[in-house]
Amino acid sequence: MIVADRKSLQEILAMVEDDKEILIAGCKGCVTVCNAGGLKEVEILASSIKIARKKQGKDIDIEIEVLERQCDNEYIAGISEKVGNYDAVISLACGVGPQFLSEMYPDQTFYPGVNTTFLGGATQHGVWEERCAGCGTCAIHDFGGLCPIARCAKSLMNGPCGGSSQGICEVNKEIVCIWDLIVRKKMEAGKLADLMGVKGVKNWKSARHGGPRKSIREELVQGNI
Amino acid sequence: MRLSYPADVKIIQVPCTGRVDILHLLNAIEDGADGVYVAGCLEGECHYIEGNLKARRKVEYVKRTLTELGIEPERVQMYNLSSAQGARFAEIANEMVSQIRELGPSPVKKNNAA
Repeated sequence: MIVADRKSLQEILAMVEDDKEILIAGCKGCVTVCNAGGLKEVEILASSIKIARKKQGKDIDIEIEVLERQCDNEYIAGISEKVGNYDAVISLACGVGPQFLSEMYPDQTFYPGVNTTFLGGATQHGVWEERCAGCGTCAIHDFGGLCPIARCAKSLMNGPCGGSSQGICEVNKEIVCIWDLIVRKKMEAGKLADLMGVKGVKNWKSARHGGPRKSIREELVQGNI
Repeated sequence: MRLSYPADVKIIQVPCTGRVDILHLLNAIEDGADGVYVAGCLEGECHYIEGNLKARRKVEYVKRTLTELGIEPERVQMYNLSSAQGARFAEIANEMVSQIRELGPSPVKKNNAA
């Protein structure tokens, strides 16, 4: 899933400082699962903003709405009748949400209430870790199911660097050296030879280096037949 | 026992403090409560294993939120006591009320009324 963290209250309060009526729009997709922008988080943010405003002695009307997904136009069209009623809208979806909303409703101001961080999963309740860098050319199978692009600080393809010590990355003591894990896993499986070949230079064109990406599934595109 | 505790305390019963939500605490502050405390069972003695521990984490979350909003985090507290500790219950109520009296009225309520 896409993982996000809510922005600080100070940052969000500064965004809507002059607004008197706002909508907080959550998303039932990834940000609900990573507890950053689902119904609960929308309600918590609404209450926090109200507390801040009451403390200042300033009024604010806050409405909340949690969309099925903010990355599909058919769902964000659902707020078309009311979106113009507010001074501003805070979206708690990933970075896609406020952009889709801004594209559909160009006259409204949409603020991102979260910082979208990475593609990952929950390693324990309340802890999410990065697992995919979305590089566009997946080769996880070459590395024992562990991705060195996403999980090595240098995205090395041909083994660990000199900064790997006792299985820990030199960048941060909390980062496991993924190459240490890859090599150990291959050794345990008696398949270390799999890693002996030299991986050629990776073509990063399929990653962000080739500019914004697009995916087209022709059989789904209306009007194609 | 006929123990007395301050009339300022309004008790809201829940089956287990694990039921207490961040929103319950925030909404109380939002609606002008000067302070809120959660009285859970002793740690390690939760009938539902860890309801009181979950409540403590939620209280800590609300404390951080209040700090971020410039409101004294001491307005929200977590206490642990058993249902057999009636005297301790009254003591905690007195302790919380005197602490809140020291802090004064909630800045949320004060400005809202003005």
